[in-house]
Amino acid sequence: MTNDSDLRIGVYVCHCGTNIAGVINVKELAEYSSKLPYVVIAKDYRFMCSDPGQEMLKNDIKEYRLNRVVVAACSPLMHEPTFRNAIRGAGVNPYLFEQANIREHDTWCHMHEPEKAMQIAKDLMRSAVAKASKMEPLEIVEVPVKRSALIVGGGIAGISAALDLADAGFEVHLVEKDTTIGGRMIQLDKTFPTMDCSACILTPKMTGVGRHPNIKLYAYSEVKSIEGYIGNFRAKIVRKPRYVIESKCNGCGKCEEVCPVYVPNEFELGLKPRRAIYIAFPQGVPNKYTIDMDKCMKCKLCVKACEPEAIDFNQQPVEEEIEVGTIITATGFDPYDPTGDYGFGTYENVVTGLQVERMLSAFGPTGGEVVRPSDLKVPKSVVFIQCVGSRNFRKNSYCSRVCCMYAMKHARQLKEHHPETDAYVLYMDVRAFGKGYEEFYERAQREYGINYVRGRAAEVLEDPVTRNLIVRAESTELGRPIELDVDLVVLSVGLVPRKDVEEVQHLLKISRSADGFYLEAHPKLRPVDTLTDGVFVAGVAQGPKDIPDAVAQAKAAASGAASLMSRGKVEVEPFYSVVDADKCSGCLSCIAMCPYGAISIQDGKAKINSVLCKGCGCCVATCPSGSITQNQFKDSQIFAQIEALLAER
Amino acid sequence: MKDSKEKNAGFEPYVLGLVCNWCTYAGADMAGTSRIQYPPNLRLVRVMCTSRLDPTFVIRGLELGADGVLVSGCHPGDCHYVNGNYKTERRMYLLRELIQQAGLEPERIRLEWISASEGSKLAEVMKDYVNVLKKIGPNPLRNSREKHHVDEKDLFGKELK
Repeated sequence: MTNDSDLRIGVYVCHCGTNIAGVINVKELAEYSSKLPYVVIAKDYRFMCSDPGQEMLKNDIKEYRLNRVVVAACSPLMHEPTFRNAIRGAGVNPYLFEQANIREHDTWCHMHEPEKAMQIAKDLMRSAVAKASKMEPLEIVEVPVKRSALIVGGGIAGISAALDLADAGFEVHLVEKDTTIGGRMIQLDKTFPTMDCSACILTPKMTGVGRHPNIKLYAYSEVKSIEGYIGNFRAKIVRKPRYVIESKCNGCGKCEEVCPVYVPNEFELGLKPRRAIYIAFPQGVPNKYTIDMDKCMKCKLCVKACEPEAIDFNQQPVEEEIEVGTIITATGFDPYDPTGDYGFGTYENVVTGLQVERMLSAFGPTGGEVVRPSDLKVPKSVVFIQCVGSRNFRKNSYCSRVCCMYAMKHARQLKEHHPETDAYVLYMDVRAFGKGYEEFYERAQREYGINYVRGRAAEVLEDPVTRNLIVRAESTELGRPIELDVDLVVLSVGLVPRKDVEEVQHLLKISRSADGFYLEAHPKLRPVDTLTDGVFVAGVAQGPKDIPDAVAQAKAAASGAASLMSRGKVEVEPFYSVVDADKCSGCLSCIAMCPYGAISIQDGKAKINSVLCKGCGCCVATCPSGSITQNQFKDSQIFAQIEALLAER
Repeated sequence: MKDSKEKNAGFEPYVLGLVCNWCTYAGADMAGTSRIQYPPNLRLVRVMCTSRLDPTFVIRGLELGADGVLVSGCHPGDCHYVNGNYKTERRMYLLRELIQQAGLEPERIRLEWISASEGSKLAEVMKDYVNVLKKIGPNPLRNSREKHHVDEKDLFGKELK
């Protein structure tokens, strides 16, 4: 316990360029700080986080024999680690540092009230100095990191991350909810702008996953629970019963041929039925059949037809518990459901972009030909309506990023198959931002003759006899309403978070952004980390994006996870709580309150396991005798902050 | 009515914010990053989870002259520490009843759930709370207590570390 008389606090006010200095007088704030208790030196400087700024800190610590440092600058969520490392380098315990947030919490949100902003800065400065005066050195806690990773989601992002980590030598557990991996990318026919066949570039990766010695694939499985913390997660995985013995099934398909049950096919988006015993698509990994027991009639005709005798109606779910060091969330998205928009669900010949993908696919419901659902005829004219479900304050306000490009791709493919077809794209803006995208757009207009009409579609009406559609829209270029008489309307639907996004969120204890996708730790500098250490996010799970960006994020997440796992250990903040056994009365109140079960009774007194304790502080507030203190967030420190904040009230 | 209007004229409420690191503190950061301007009446104290908040922190704030105390954390179900916010909710609801026994208006304790991406919600809450506090007037306890540092002592009379 440092004696008050030995406290020597150094205060630094950062200008942050003009971000802070442009609103408040930083020299005045430094001058004010120099008069606060225990402050030995107070300076202002343009950019404290820069190399010279940090050098100055280190030099001052030596010169003025500082044992506490306060920096008034940006948010600690931004630079607390930077400054902690700087003072650590100068021999001061990194937890003897406090950062006053006078940028995000002051100058940035009170830009036009400099006097009030100055008062707030002074209040926050007193609070930080008061806290610093009560801080004690803390030992850094090191925990081991297991050299295995859990990847939730087997789409292109999950697959890319799995292959990278497995190649690096780590053990990978890849869990996929559906009967096979492949995600959304396997539902696509071609990928823009290269027009690569999606299945052709994806299936080698899928088989790579299936074969890799370091990847344990759990298809048709779900993660039931995750406990623990970075480096030491314990996950329970449930393998759902296929009612088919995987080791015996050879994918021959004889069972499918005899199954009398026809139900809507989710993979084909309702364009084609499947049987109760089914395989999602021919190139599935694992290439095993599954019985949808909800729809199965239990006629057991499949059992008779199956030569390897692979069908087992008594199969049970199997639970497995694994221990991993890191987790990557690559759970993907759902397409926006436009039921009720522009006649979708009512008019047969209004379809979604993803349905068009399935029709264009060689192994899809129509063998590669885009046709009108009402009469299976090739359309002579098509309208693509953009931004369906996106950029709309009534639905989703964000832009789904890929629809401009995929509609362009669809229109080009239609024109390639049938050059005489008229294709119109009704758009607000065309976003062709990626590598090769603008050139793709230019060719789409110039060579393929696709008509780009700038205007929103107001409504779609149907001719009940021909089932043709009349699209009423505005052409902003002509400055008047227009009517397009077409055979087929394609709604370019946006990307939305999956139905189970909240369930998975609670499983992983991560946050979501306002748009519903998972929240990254920092939008610019940490786009694949989450705020939960050890848990990463990649692909559309983090927000709408195209395949190149999803793969880039997957590789980034794999790199983040590999960095932790190869180091083998990670520093965890020592903000755990400690019981003073002398004061503890053994009332057991804290034990029930701890969400991590970190408290146990030893010799009649409560004892906290400092590795299990996550530092929430609930037990501290619960304890009726005040026996528990939380490192770095003690009662004395918080009271000091409150008193300091209100000292000039 | 006229009296209280004069009393409240030019009164700028002081809101003490006791917020959790993962949600509301980050949400306040987001408000700043997005340059959302809101009334300059808030000063924040950061804790890791609102379940750390002893009711005496709120009482001390009111004792020392804060016109309102804003306690804010993660949305129910989203607590970084599983269920800390439920415990906070119970404590604050009870505390709000108790301060009325002491003659303080219940509006002086405000409980909100503001997530890391809800910078604009914090701004809206602050705009509303400042209006509410302006209506009910300054904290009657302000200036009623000698401002000196009170050593925190535990039940046994020993100074708190």
